[in-house]
Amino acid sequence: MSEQDEKPKKNSRRKFLQELGIVGIGSVLGGSAILAGINYDKKKTAGQRVRVLTAENELLEIEKSDTTKVAKTTYENLTYLQKQGRDGLAGKRFVMVIDLSKCRNARKCMAACQNAHHLRPEQHHINVLKMEETENTPAFYMPKPCQHCDNPPCVAVCPVDATFKRPDGIVLIDNERCIGCRFCIAACPYSARVFNWSEPLNAQADKDLTYNVELNVPQRKGTISKCLFSADRLREGKLPYCVGACPNGVYYFGDENEDAVTNGTTKETVRFKKLLEDNGGYTLMPELGTHPRVYYLPAKGKEYPFQDKDKPEALEHLHG
Amino acid sequence: MLGQSTTDKITSDLLRPIRLTKGFMAWMGFLGVSLVVCLGAYVIQLKDGLVVTGLGDYVSWGMYISNFVFFVATSLIGMLISAVLGLSGAKWASPLARIAEIIALAFAAVAGLVIVSDMGHPERLLNVFIHGRIQSPILWDVTVVTIYVLISALFLYIPLIPDLKICHDKLDKLPPFARNIYKVLSLNWTGSHEQEKIVKQLTRAIAIFIIPVALAIHTVTSWLFASTSRVGWDSTIFGPYFVTGAFVSGSAAVIIAMYFYRKNYKLEDYITLSHFDKMGKLLVLVSLVYLYFNLNEYMVPAYKMKKFDAIHIQSLFAGTHALMFWSIQIFGLVLPIILLVFNKMRKPLPMLIIASFVLVGAWFKRYIIVVPTQEHPFLPIQNVPLNFKVYSPTLIETLVTIAPFILVLLIITILSKVIPIVSIHETIEELEQKNK
Repeated sequence: MSEQDEKPKKNSRRKFLQELGIVGIGSVLGGSAILAGINYDKKKTAGQRVRVLTAENELLEIEKSDTTKVAKTTYENLTYLQKQGRDGLAGKRFVMVIDLSKCRNARKCMAACQNAHHLRPEQHHINVLKMEETENTPAFYMPKPCQHCDNPPCVAVCPVDATFKRPDGIVLIDNERCIGCRFCIAACPYSARVFNWSEPLNAQADKDLTYNVELNVPQRKGTISKCLFSADRLREGKLPYCVGACPNGVYYFGDENEDAVTNGTTKETVRFKKLLEDNGGYTLMPELGTHPRVYYLPAKGKEYPFQDKDKPEALEHLHG
Repeated sequence: MLGQSTTDKITSDLLRPIRLTKGFMAWMGFLGVSLVVCLGAYVIQLKDGLVVTGLGDYVSWGMYISNFVFFVATSLIGMLISAVLGLSGAKWASPLARIAEIIALAFAAVAGLVIVSDMGHPERLLNVFIHGRIQSPILWDVTVVTIYVLISALFLYIPLIPDLKICHDKLDKLPPFARNIYKVLSLNWTGSHEQEKIVKQLTRAIAIFIIPVALAIHTVTSWLFASTSRVGWDSTIFGPYFVTGAFVSGSAAVIIAMYFYRKNYKLEDYITLSHFDKMGKLLVLVSLVYLYFNLNEYMVPAYKMKKFDAIHIQSLFAGTHALMFWSIQIFGLVLPIILLVFNKMRKPLPMLIIASFVLVGAWFKRYIIVVPTQEHPFLPIQNVPLNFKVYSPTLIETLVTIAPFILVLLIITILSKVIPIVSIHETIEELEQKNK
């Protein structure tokens, strides 16, 4: 601009001063605008406060501008997941109710469960059994997850506290600690536990995943696995994998403290105690004193008949 | 006092086996090669996981656990012969004390390894100490087995001190370093009255202490099963049932060891026909007690035939395990009792054969206790492959099961080549007392 000013040499000094003045003012205005803009941006960030949870479990509120993102190492993640997995969900007492009159052996629960937990086809966290208690009594289909006993024999015998009972009622396994002695399999009267005899199904694909004790994935060779009541889903406020997958309304899941259970198929929420009261709810083998958290409603007035082809397998157990 | 010639003869007789012979080298070579093969099988198991065994989610304890129970059981004999018979003044048993202790130490020490072979993550063994839960019977087992191994080692070592001095003095053909080891281990033994007294008192104290510990190791081992609610394991008499069974297999092991030591080391003057005769009677006694416990363990549930008991009993008495069950009871218990009542059966060779049957029967008895129960859980076994329903051990599993036996034979053989297996000091002492 100043070059232009100098070209017409005959310009008066006054005009030059005039133009200089305009440029000067313009520059000042523009500069201050930019400065103001920067300041505005700064103020906006500074005003934003965030809450952070310290490693000591202390909740603090600080300026967001003062925070820096820290890349978590796998180890830190693992420790965090294991601690969270042992603490459980405060204030909850999870229960499951299985309505045997609705089960028709669709096995969607088994498939959803095996898929979620990366299990082999013969590994069952939940297994739909063909049952017949005695001669002449009716045969029925019985989904059998871990009973999440309040007096769990498996937890009692574990030598290393690898399997443990959480305050919210769930029995979990830490496969980073399990020594693979299988005493828990021997102790469980419900045959609810499985072992990884060989490399797990998705060993290759899962090898970079951080172990989540609430999902028990990645599965690990030489350690135990079993039903976890889908503790990872419960943390997100969702129903367990099997419960959500059932097409027949067999499963109710909920919180004993709230006295409310929700049907996985109809999404209807009912009173837990009343559901048991009205339908003659019971637990498996109460005589063993294990106090299961899984309740059954009897197979009375079955909506789907027991298939004749399944009869021999149901009777097999009766005669050994 | 005995004549110098008698003492010299005893010393040289009992020290004679302590030298390297061709037979010994060949035997060690055979054991060594076999051990390498078996360890190879274990390496495969470590690499591929327990899938190389016949185990599954239902029968998840098989030969390894049976083996563990068998090894702990057999080790109890040290306590019976050295401690119980020793304390009760049964002098005849004292020449057998060291053999019994060697067997006790070898079987107990190897039992610890057997249990490791069953673990899915043996490298996490330390977790048992880092994260150990005192509520778990496994913790009790680890604790008492460790204590028993240590006490058994002391029980072998303390009475051995005078003999170690003799070894140092008399085995002058050995290289100096070997003689020095004897010297160091003999703790400046001079044979003074005071030293004699210390050894006697210590031996007695250990003998007393080892009795409750030995009872504890096998009682706790039985509780690994009895602490569950499974049919066939849920029994209140499992502790004494296991302990009495242990004396049967241990006595048989001692008889077999006596036979071979006597024959191979020419110890006919020290392990005499009278010893076989008395061991035969002892085996009858402990077998009768064990038979009584068997009667209780099987006949009481068999009388009632409760739903799940019935399935279990049926499989043992007339089902898939009947052949094994009745063979054990007849050839491993009833027939040996009947035969050993006769004088002419309590001779070395017949007793070797009978004791072998008893010992093999004792091993399979552990299998019968461990395996069939798991084939009959409370809820049906469904939606799993056939090999989960019926347990059949694999070759690799069998090799890994054989390995501990080779280890025990190695320990027993090597110990008998470095220490006199009949106490020289006590033999001389007892002869002196008799002559007085």
